[in-house]
Amino acid sequence: MTPSRTSFRTGLRAGTAIAPAVFLIAVSFGVLARDLGWGIVAPIVASVVVFSGSAQFALAEVLEAGGTAFAAILAAILVNARFAVMGVAVASVFRGGPVRRALEAQTTVDASWALANQGGGRFDRELLMGATLPQYVAWVGGTVVGVFAGDVISDPDALGLDVVFPAFFLYLLLDEVRRGPDYVAAALIAAAIALVLVPFTPPGIPIIAACAGALIALRRREP
Amino acid sequence: MTAVWTSIAVVAVANFVIKAAGPVLLGGRELPRTVVAVIALLGPALLTALVIVGTFSEGSDLRIDAQAAGVAVAGGAFLLRVPMLPAIALGALTAALLRLL
Repeated sequence: MTPSRTSFRTGLRAGTAIAPAVFLIAVSFGVLARDLGWGIVAPIVASVVVFSGSAQFALAEVLEAGGTAFAAILAAILVNARFAVMGVAVASVFRGGPVRRALEAQTTVDASWALANQGGGRFDRELLMGATLPQYVAWVGGTVVGVFAGDVISDPDALGLDVVFPAFFLYLLLDEVRRGPDYVAAALIAAAIALVLVPFTPPGIPIIAACAGALIALRRREP
Repeated sequence: MTAVWTSIAVVAVANFVIKAAGPVLLGGRELPRTVVAVIALLGPALLTALVIVGTFSEGSDLRIDAQAAGVAVAGGAFLLRVPMLPAIALGALTAALLRLL
């Protein structure tokens, strides 16, 4: 098997491992959106075309709280602005012209980006795509189930499912900080920035601002 | 209902543009070494932020609750070299049980 196919399979396996959690979170989105009066079609379309838990929950929560469409859109864009930074990081792995690159870039989601990160600024394109595929299927499928049969799992938090993603990211983080002292420093600065900003800024901002922790790399490399 | 559809459409387009911006504008070109060095550290920075915000924030509030306990248990299990999935399951179970109390 070629290395790229092996990577794709590794990605598929990793993505499949977290797919059950993605599925259940999507179910909870379907239930929430249905409760908010979105009907049957809109929540499913949202999952198909937006494919982002953070943005979709942000939308639903702002509209639920009586916010305008403008406020909801702004919140969703802010929480997803981190993908602009992540996109710059993975930019070099995608292939083809602008249209193909734009389409390939859509496979960038948090978990896949982190899994595809090979350290030293390198990313694995096939692993990224392989990991995203099962998550997409689970995300759309879970939304459909939530919209139609939501009463079965009305509260994913009661099952402790809100632990899954932070714990998964923590697992990947522990791998990262083993790479060296700069990695530990970047993580500590990011933690401090995020904790300080959460009470004062709209959701999404602390995560983007925390990326400044990576600028610690400039300190030693400047001549 | 119009607000819902408008929001979904605009966010879908915005999300597409946000994700495509870097890969399209930068193309496949090699980045300067300093930029690569910063990108290398984006991993730990971004993951830390996702863990902190996902675990301790509820809107604009910081709180230590059943979820945080679950994440801590999973983290402890990782350090004890428990494989990823059982460790996460242990964390989820911890949060679920704490909420039953």
